[in-house]
Amino acid sequence: MDWEPVIGLEIHAQLATRSKIFSGAATAYGALPNTQACGVDLGLPGVLPVLNKEAVRMAVKFGLAIHADISRRSVFARKNYFYPDLPKGYQISQYEIPIVGRGSIEIEGENGAVMRIGITRAHLEEDAGKSLHEAVHGMSGIDLNRAGTPLLEIVSEPELRSAKQAVAYMKKIHSLVRYLEICDGNMQEGSFRCDANVSVRPRGQTKFGTRAEIKNLNSFRFVERAINYEIQRQIDLLGSGGRVVQETRLYDAERGETRSMRLKEEANDYRYFPDPDLLPLELSEEFIAGVEATLPELPDAKKHRFMAEFGLSAYDAALLTANRETADYFEATVTASGGQAKLSANWVMGEVMAALNRESKDITQSPISPTLLGGLVRRIADNTIVRSNVERRRRCRHYHRYERP
Amino acid sequence: MTLEKTDVERIAWLARLKLSDNDIPEVARQLSSILALVEQMNTVDTVSVAPLAHPLELSLKLRDDVVTEGNQRETFQALASHVEAGLYCVPKVIDT
Repeated sequence: MDWEPVIGLEIHAQLATRSKIFSGAATAYGALPNTQACGVDLGLPGVLPVLNKEAVRMAVKFGLAIHADISRRSVFARKNYFYPDLPKGYQISQYEIPIVGRGSIEIEGENGAVMRIGITRAHLEEDAGKSLHEAVHGMSGIDLNRAGTPLLEIVSEPELRSAKQAVAYMKKIHSLVRYLEICDGNMQEGSFRCDANVSVRPRGQTKFGTRAEIKNLNSFRFVERAINYEIQRQIDLLGSGGRVVQETRLYDAERGETRSMRLKEEANDYRYFPDPDLLPLELSEEFIAGVEATLPELPDAKKHRFMAEFGLSAYDAALLTANRETADYFEATVTASGGQAKLSANWVMGEVMAALNRESKDITQSPISPTLLGGLVRRIADNTIVRSNVERRRRCRHYHRYERP
Repeated sequence: MTLEKTDVERIAWLARLKLSDNDIPEVARQLSSILALVEQMNTVDTVSVAPLAHPLELSLKLRDDVVTEGNQRETFQALASHVEAGLYCVPKVIDT
């Protein structure tokens, strides 16, 4: 039988605020355990949450960037469950009325065609702490520094049809939150991670199959592998007369497989209800307009401008606008080169990227500034320097000679 | 709506409350009477009435994004039954 995968992603983006979503404790990564966990984060009796305005601004900024409905009135709810890294016994989240309603983004599908992927909603919530199972002998150690860190959970429609599309979607959101400067996008530190809902159905059937949820995927590569593994597992299972169980699965990166988390005796029942400690969040038109005024040029707009203004191909323009730093570097190079856009693009995407990759550096760490590169491009363009000579000399000394202090 | 014994056990488990078998009939009666009250309220037509979040017309106050809480680990951990290496220690949880 021909099976069609159906995938939806829930992306958790840590918002780049200085303080937590409901308390004045710091959010800096890497601090000593529990030195950034205050009474609110610990859920001590008598404390009350007070919402961080910047987290609200950032959520609205994201909503505007995906052309979503911004809720003028949204409600915080308690999601109740027991786990040691959640001292209150509930997570403050949003349920029935999230701050960001339906929106969409465009991704490029496998055949290069543009696909519009719906975003169901995005809501504000607090992160939990961390449980360390190896740190203390015979016990679990709890670090609550992360507890209360603001998260934006971005939920896609189940409109992705392959692991590749899921990765393209995730990369697009990753690029977007970094352009918007609302999330540092650092996946090693867990600032950007996702859960994938995966099911399969006979092609042509409109009803969805039973889905499994793969938790906590923190790299693009793992997302692709985990989803492909899960699709194949479900196809094999259904093909041999079995049934998919609705459950949560974990991806084991070492073995390259997903496996079932212990089946809970009882299905999750979070008993959401509006948090009586927090009034509904009301946003004025003024506030929203104020956020709108801070929106930068977004990746798609920048890509189209690069194509129109610099005569770049869609492929080159996409590559150069994949992140804001590269786009800025390229534009500064073009300016320094006296408008040699195509030649600048070739150098940035070719020699510069290759050299940076060899040294495992990103564009912000390039020892060659856009001014230097632009100057070089200008000389190549007017034939003062012949390209093959440049390449030879670059290999010998250029790259290291201009290292910044 | 009358709650059965199994309903009460489930609700107690979700709230991590330990009930003795002797207590369950009385708890079931009390919870059922609360639900009966809710059912009575459900008979009122509220389609055109917006939910009330607060009796006074207040809206949520927001705070500026400023770090105001410093490190108070020693103070807080003085209350904990077991700490080690700066961590709060709890019976081992394995979730896989």
